[in-house]
Amino acid sequence: MRLKGSEIILECLIHEGVTVMFGYPGGAILPTYDAMSKYMDRLHHVLVRHEQGASHMADGYARATGNVGVCIATSGPGATNLITGLATAMMDSSPVVAITGQVAVPTIGTDAFQETDVTGATLPVTKHNYLVTDVEELAYTIKEAFYIARTGRPGPVLIDVPKDVQNAETEFDYDALEPVHLPGYRLLSGASEDQIDQMLDLIHEAERPVILAGHGITMSGANAELQDLAELAQIPVAQTLLGKGSMPQSHPLVVGWMGMHGDAASNNAIQEADLLIALGMRFDDRVTGNLKSYSPHSRKIHIDIDPSELNKNVVVDVPVAGDLKTVLRQVLPRLERRTHAEWLNRIRDWQEDSSERDILNHDTQGKLMAAQVINDLWRYTDGNAITVSDVGQHQMLEAQYYPHQRPSTMLTSGGLGTMGFGFPASIGAKFGKPDEEVWAIVGDGGFQMTLCELATARQENINVNIAIINNSFLGMVRQWQELFYERRYQSTPMFSPDFCKLAEAYGIPSMRVTSRDQIQESVDFARSVDGPVLIEYVVEKEDIVYPMVPSGADLHDMKRRPKPGELA
Amino acid sequence: MSDIQATPGKITVVALVENKPGVLNRVASLFRRRAFNVDSLTVGRTHRPYVSRMTIVVDSERADAHKIAANLSKLINVIDVQILTDTPHVSRDLALIKVRSDDAESRNELTEICERHPARIIDIGPEVAIVEMVGTEQAVAEFIEQVRPIGIVEMIRTGVVAMGRGTRIHDTEYEPVFKKNGVAEHMNVL
Repeated sequence: MRLKGSEIILECLIHEGVTVMFGYPGGAILPTYDAMSKYMDRLHHVLVRHEQGASHMADGYARATGNVGVCIATSGPGATNLITGLATAMMDSSPVVAITGQVAVPTIGTDAFQETDVTGATLPVTKHNYLVTDVEELAYTIKEAFYIARTGRPGPVLIDVPKDVQNAETEFDYDALEPVHLPGYRLLSGASEDQIDQMLDLIHEAERPVILAGHGITMSGANAELQDLAELAQIPVAQTLLGKGSMPQSHPLVVGWMGMHGDAASNNAIQEADLLIALGMRFDDRVTGNLKSYSPHSRKIHIDIDPSELNKNVVVDVPVAGDLKTVLRQVLPRLERRTHAEWLNRIRDWQEDSSERDILNHDTQGKLMAAQVINDLWRYTDGNAITVSDVGQHQMLEAQYYPHQRPSTMLTSGGLGTMGFGFPASIGAKFGKPDEEVWAIVGDGGFQMTLCELATARQENINVNIAIINNSFLGMVRQWQELFYERRYQSTPMFSPDFCKLAEAYGIPSMRVTSRDQIQESVDFARSVDGPVLIEYVVEKEDIVYPMVPSGADLHDMKRRPKPGELA
Repeated sequence: MSDIQATPGKITVVALVENKPGVLNRVASLFRRRAFNVDSLTVGRTHRPYVSRMTIVVDSERADAHKIAANLSKLINVIDVQILTDTPHVSRDLALIKVRSDDAESRNELTEICERHPARIIDIGPEVAIVEMVGTEQAVAEFIEQVRPIGIVEMIRTGVVAMGRGTRIHDTEYEPVFKKNGVAEHMNVL
């Protein structure tokens, strides 16, 4: 059938399985918005209040569902506003497709109104991008973009479509499109026999092995294989921030979280291990601490879909480029049972000792502590909600005090650490998982970066529960100032609006919580509201997230929470 | 991998890329953001209209061959990558050197040096001569040092192009889904 470019875009989205897109109209994308009315029954458009929100929502949708999230914006400022969200998705390998309008082909390069070199500007923060200058190539390009976004190591792909290409007409037949043909894009599958032998030898010989479970486990759908590997060979599992939930955190073999604010038991285990089995993780500096002293006694296996991650930060003995699920399925049939009783007991001792950091056991003299709020949210939501955290102290506390049992239920900006991510991403997550309870857990700082999306949440009547952990500071920055900059609190004390009045202005029900005994009530209240709801938890201003490995320090050199009466 | 890492000095990378707009930018941008130090980068067409070929010489101080190859291969438009450093290969660099030639002595000296090298004078006037020198990067560098005392007034080197020896063919049958824009007639990778 004969269609306009604008209609082809929307037809292609529907063929790719898209049901919701997040965007903001403007001059250069107007033809596509005009065509939307024809597709409203199959394609829901969410009007955001800032394009950054659109890219975070698409990302949140992608993380919650594993499907491609879609955002759409106009040329120039519309497109540049997407960039923070694209960079966030890039760092955390989240499949997002962004469609941007561009000025008409003949005016490209003339500094036309709202013209920006968007493919140039997004080059380093996308997996790939396109400028489509001919309507004949539009449908195939969109097909290729979705293929690239969701395969291999997923990531964001941007398609820039000039206005005249949206208006041009051509014949459209999705089923007649050429199959995707990318000569330089080879998808990896399994490991070689040689590599399998090497891996098995190392695993069978190991006395103190540790599995490092990353985001790649869930992205590859290798959760069951991970658990089989751990259980068969009795190998303890440490998780990265985005690897939380890759295996149930209540599982006796899950030691906990690793890295800067991770569990001491995990970090100690890594440092004393004689074998690391790194699965779908990338040895980020927040995970390794000082590379020179990182896990000095261990041999190392690293399996990742992206060959450029192998031997990047940590040199390993067996680097395997491949799909985790496929590789683990090659390993499992020949894996021999092991017990490692002594090693597991050692780790259990460490786990018991980590009570020192546990603020829940301290006398807080009636003050409401952020850790208590998060732990109670876990308790009263039965540990079963999708939580979307922002960036900062509350994010680290969420990772410590809200254990997750299922994959894709703990969403956060790990690699880029994007403040402002949490709230819009929670809206995207709820669109992807409408039957799940979704909580945005945000700080007073990050929330104010994207709080304009309160209007979006209201307009869509989307059922997200917003928990603001308000400590009147940029808490994590303040923590660093306290520990490393002699308490010079430069630009970290924060004025905030009355969040409950603000919610009221948007027509959103709200509640303020100042003591621990109100937390259960606040969760009950949030659950009783059909639509967005905002809870402000006013917490102790100057708290520190413990334990902590100072930036660049040795991983086993963790700062612990001082006992009451001690100085930090 | 480790044997290549051990090579000191320079890494010679050959990349086959799709002949599409913006590809050179993608490659250059990758080298910049990964902080790989580019010594020279040449790009030219091949006998296949849709495929261009890049020879990139990288300083090995900040990068190893595996890192460069793995990152280049991630670019969607890069079809194939080979590291030539430690495999038998031939390489050529071309220099155009404008040299002072305003007296008999300088002209004689220049002619003599050229006779000892695969170099020739391709233009000569009363003030200056232009010399063309083709050879390995090392040979070109040595030639330049010999000419320098005469008086170099202007110079350009193309950078290295390289090709593996023997029958291990570095080639592709690639043809794109859309064969447009007359890629056969002009370079499009820019």
